[in-house]
Amino acid sequence: MAGKTLYDKIWDAHVVDTQDGEAILYIDLHLIHEVTTPQAFAGLRANRRAVRRPDRTLAVADHNVPTEGQALGVDAVADEEARLQLQTLAKNVKDYGIEFFPMGDVRNGIVHVVGPEQGRTQPGMTIVCGDSHTSTHGAFGALAHGIGTSEVEHVLATQTLRQKKAKNFRVRIEGEPAPGVGAKDFALAVIGEIGTAGGTGSVIEFAGSAVRGLSMEGRMTLCNLTIEGGAKAGLVAPDEKTFDYLMGRPATPKGGAWEMALAYWKTFFSDDDAVFDREIVLDAASIAPTVTWGTSPEDVVAVTGKVPGPDTASTPDKRASITRSLEYMGLEAGQPITDAKIDVVFIGSCTNSRIEDLRSAAEIVQTAFLNGLLVAPHVRAMVVPGSGLVSAQAEAEGLDAIFKAAGFEWREPGCSMCLAMNPDKLEPGQRCASTSNRNFEGRQGRGGRTHLMSPAMAAAAAIAGHIADVRDYL
Amino acid sequence: MDAFTRLDAKVVPLPLANIDTDQIIPKQFLKTVDRSGLAEGLFYDLRFDEQGRPKPDFVLNQPAYKNAGVLVTGDNFGCGSSREHAPWALIDFGIRSVISTSFADIFYNNCFQNGLLPVVLKAHEVQQLMDEARGGNHVVSVDLEAQTVTSPSGAVFTFEIDPQRKIKMLNGLDAIGETLQAEKSIDTYEMKRALSQPWLEGA
Repeated sequence: MAGKTLYDKIWDAHVVDTQDGEAILYIDLHLIHEVTTPQAFAGLRANRRAVRRPDRTLAVADHNVPTEGQALGVDAVADEEARLQLQTLAKNVKDYGIEFFPMGDVRNGIVHVVGPEQGRTQPGMTIVCGDSHTSTHGAFGALAHGIGTSEVEHVLATQTLRQKKAKNFRVRIEGEPAPGVGAKDFALAVIGEIGTAGGTGSVIEFAGSAVRGLSMEGRMTLCNLTIEGGAKAGLVAPDEKTFDYLMGRPATPKGGAWEMALAYWKTFFSDDDAVFDREIVLDAASIAPTVTWGTSPEDVVAVTGKVPGPDTASTPDKRASITRSLEYMGLEAGQPITDAKIDVVFIGSCTNSRIEDLRSAAEIVQTAFLNGLLVAPHVRAMVVPGSGLVSAQAEAEGLDAIFKAAGFEWREPGCSMCLAMNPDKLEPGQRCASTSNRNFEGRQGRGGRTHLMSPAMAAAAAIAGHIADVRDYL
Repeated sequence: MDAFTRLDAKVVPLPLANIDTDQIIPKQFLKTVDRSGLAEGLFYDLRFDEQGRPKPDFVLNQPAYKNAGVLVTGDNFGCGSSREHAPWALIDFGIRSVISTSFADIFYNNCFQNGLLPVVLKAHEVQQLMDEARGGNHVVSVDLEAQTVTSPSGAVFTFEIDPQRKIKMLNGLDAIGETLQAEKSIDTYEMKRALSQPWLEGA
């Protein structure tokens, strides 16, 4: 019999029962936030159902919180609808006894930053959240994916999810990346390779020496973006880095329980003879700092490259889609991508707002600053840390001072301009160098133009005033 | 959830690939605490200009496609955000079935929770439906029982669907109620887990 993949092992450990060919999968951790839960709690009430495991549920306020004045709590929210949604969450978690980090609590922040930071996210777990970037938690070797609101209600009521098993897809990234190249570039390169629907129906396990070489923050960035390749979830097998990251966090086991947990976590890896339905291999050394030029995360180009034209497409549909993207983005086929002048820089989001992300951006900013360079005068640049604790850590390291001295805004945590549900949005036609995850039309504000890139690349763009090669700023 | 058996309705073509859920229902409509009333936000940036005036050239604003119940569209429909507001908005607008060559996973799941039938057809069949839908006022039949789509000209296309999902959709079954029939298994699983992974208890 062939061995099992990491995904197979997590799956097998969580099947509670099978009904009509559908598995009922136990859920170890349910993360919730204000936007995708009100209708789920309303459904529970209408059917007089309880929350089965409030202790396995954690709530944060992140999607529509403003990034200033959070100490005031929901009073800081000017938008009436957003305020009502946040108040609804506060009432729901109180009624059902769910732990909640409200706005202004130092532990609050983006749900996919908070879960790992608190040690709630652990290897071998099943984790769901009404948010597609739940795939982030796969960095710890947990099976984690986004669900809709009806499924949120299902998990609240039953602590399970009805699932069919996905396919096993392994992406190996081997070798040593060049300086200035990291997890975000890997992720964009993978999506460029497989396409935005390339992972549909699959769980992707990331493996290879370049993946092992990534920090936990880098692995989170990589798994976070798996959904942009259409995959159900991303996974990295846990190792010493994972265990070191988790040790001593508020919700991780201590003492003898830690040893017991560790022994269990170490069973989660793909066996040598495990069979994958599909496998691709990328050479880390051949990946350049990468940005997106269009309106789908698969529209990637090396920073040294040129904007493609419709003639590069294989089908009439794709040609039409490139023409449409070029028009929306205000770009010409064949122009160097570094010609794109930037109006706004956004460093933040569940993809890239952790301490290491801020350090890598601050390093570029500091080097530039010491060479007499500041944020370009026409650029509005902002940093939105992923949580109150990330913010506090960055401040303790003096990163906020570096950013502010160079002309960045240093803001309070939340999803912010990644999806622009709060007041942080692009104006029509504005072009943004963004460390977020989606360059869809209108994502960061109607008519806004998004170029996805790493924090270091975004920092370089802020200084240069246009898309720039971070290697010129190292 | 409303049951879905057979639908005879006007078909509207939207020949774009990779339509993401941000386009189906933009962020400003996600602040609601209700499931209903989202029709206004459906394809908002495609339907309305910056002053909120309907764009006359957008297909859903054309009188010939008024009250359409079936949307036929390009590859990978519903990619991106997990927002269930996307199927809610489509249903609220009157769309009960979406036909494409492929759907993103989360959106596809969300459809089945809401009685919105996603139908996967072959590329040339989708293309034929789009061609026949042109001009408006053309009716297609989507028959879930028979697993067929009948085009305005009478061409019949068959589609695959998971048998359990089909039964639930035909009967409008509540997934939570069904899962709770296995509540004893959940109890047993939790008891075993409390022994093998005690660190997860009372966290």
